[in-house]
Amino acid sequence: MDYALQQLVNGLTLGMIYGLIALGYTMVYGIIGMINFAHGDIFMVGAFTSLIGFLLLGMGGVTFVPLALILVLVLAMAFTSLYGFTVERLAYRPLRGSFRLAPLISAIGMSIFLQNFVQVTQDARVKPLEPVIRGGVVLATGGTIEVTLSYMQVAIILTTLVVLAVFTLIIARTPLGRAMRACEQDRRMAALLGIDTDRTISLTFVIGAALAAVAGMMYLLYYGVIDFFIGFVAGIKAFTAAVLGGIGSLPGAVLGALLIGLIETFWSAYFSVQYKDVAAFSILAIALIFLPSGILGRNEIEKV
Amino acid sequence: MFRRTLVAAAGAAALVAGAGLAQAQIRIATVGPMTGQYAAFGAQMRAGAEQAVADINAAGGVLGQQLVLEIGDDACDPRQAVSVANQLAGRGVRFVAGHFCSGSSIPASKVYLEEGVLQISPASTNPKFTDEGGWNTFRVCGRDDQQGQVAGTFIARNFPGRKVAILHDNSAYGKGLADETKKALNAAGMQEALYLAYVAGERDYSAIVSRLQQAGIDVVYFGGYHTEAGLIVRQMRERGLRAVAIGGDALVTNEYWQITGAAGEGTLMTFSSDPRKRPAAAEVVAKFRAKNIDPEGYVLYTYAAIQIWADAVKKAGTTDPKKIAELLKAQGPWRSVLGEISFDGKGDVTVPDYVFYVWRDGGYAEM
Repeated sequence: MDYALQQLVNGLTLGMIYGLIALGYTMVYGIIGMINFAHGDIFMVGAFTSLIGFLLLGMGGVTFVPLALILVLVLAMAFTSLYGFTVERLAYRPLRGSFRLAPLISAIGMSIFLQNFVQVTQDARVKPLEPVIRGGVVLATGGTIEVTLSYMQVAIILTTLVVLAVFTLIIARTPLGRAMRACEQDRRMAALLGIDTDRTISLTFVIGAALAAVAGMMYLLYYGVIDFFIGFVAGIKAFTAAVLGGIGSLPGAVLGALLIGLIETFWSAYFSVQYKDVAAFSILAIALIFLPSGILGRNEIEKV
Repeated sequence: MFRRTLVAAAGAAALVAGAGLAQAQIRIATVGPMTGQYAAFGAQMRAGAEQAVADINAAGGVLGQQLVLEIGDDACDPRQAVSVANQLAGRGVRFVAGHFCSGSSIPASKVYLEEGVLQISPASTNPKFTDEGGWNTFRVCGRDDQQGQVAGTFIARNFPGRKVAILHDNSAYGKGLADETKKALNAAGMQEALYLAYVAGERDYSAIVSRLQQAGIDVVYFGGYHTEAGLIVRQMRERGLRAVAIGGDALVTNEYWQITGAAGEGTLMTFSSDPRKRPAAAEVVAKFRAKNIDPEGYVLYTYAAIQIWADAVKKAGTTDPKKIAELLKAQGPWRSVLGEISFDGKGDVTVPDYVFYVWRDGGYAEM
């Protein structure tokens, strides 16, 4: 029982990490109907920026942890926002209005570009960070193992939930959110009604990139080791989660991510570890057969 | 049109230049993971190879010709290894000091066999490399069956009655080593409590760590590379699992400690007795130190591979790979920075010596 509880904690945390990345995918898709494959790599850039931030603060002698966290987060968000803005401007905007696959290929190109760019400038070796947040609480003892929940895990779970709540509110309640939803429903009509659609889409990418920075920092803090390739694996898993949850739906992204994290973890816990990805993706395929638009996705009819 | 002519002209110029150089120079290569997650080892090989070639050239080269070193990058990917091998053979390379990963060395050796290229690996320890290799495969390191034998008996002797987990990453090197260790452990009358494969390249090993905790594991043996072993050890210590970590020669890089931090304290690993401390290496080690390079891990092994090949070429009076291969096996011992080395009929070294090392305070030392 304790063992299952500990694996539940493991799976929840992993799922929440995927969820944090999946939110960025699903938001961009929800607004402009495009899969931003470079999102995983923006996340990786966020993790690298955070690492550099922590090292700089360490050198500068900032030892008060909450202050360091906030400073690094702001730095990473500012930096990746710039990346998100530039990527949209250079690689996606010129292709808007061209055929559907063009921006998709352009996105894959951006993803490979960012990966190689970081590999060349930061070299290919893994980059470690000493643990910043230590300690945790013991949930249960007496069984075969002690069930622990670290503060870092709590932080990840809370961050994902808070980010989910904030962005759901932004989209539902603010003028920006209204503009975003208008763009999603009918971009030409929205433009006719005086919404600056280019600006709205730009902002969506900037926000998506800032989200990736949050995910990157949490990832760095939790695992403590990053390299230029982390965006690929994490990106694929997060994208899968977004599709499973119903792409375009924010709560769906987190729900899908939780499912994938839990399936992977419990499969590793009770069956063969090597087959965990096979298991996770088989379940995804089966789920999509019965729920083609994902768990919380709206069943939309494509207008021709 | 203009551009095409330009390219053709450049190509022709390169060809002419290449032909001009080829007369006075001999091309050799070292191939390893220069990029990717095992790039730390590629850097070791490059450092060793560059120094060896510089030293040989400074002493007049071989057969009156200068050596030219090509650096190949296989990223430890078997497919890339094959294409790099073809490329090098096409460029007229007659000798390769490489590759690093067994999973790359084995498929590449088939290409080298077809193309008539001699291969001396400084690091590939999987038995299949020489067992199934042709006349052209040699290595200056030991074999995993020898390494696993040492690890398995060590565990049985020092941890009798304890619960042992054997983990591997499903690579040719990792699984091969884990299986040999398991064989030796079982032969010594001990059964492992857990035998698991993990997925390389991941970050989250918490599910495996909990599984180890649940099984009450006292000793964890890793058949795999330092990146994953380091992460698992780090996550083990974070969860308060105090089991002893034991690994193979793929943990011999300072990057292991960078990943684990203090969590790596006390990790054991098998490797040949420190080549840096051997009297034959003193002069070369001093040269590396002067350049601010620590000749750790496979630096000296790569140096030795090239050194031995150059000696054999001098003795044979030809660079014909087949003749040199015969000479390497028939004669010896060959003097190298690793000490005196002789090869058996398969191309393995005759006297491998695996000993245990322990990580302490960011460094490792013989036990």
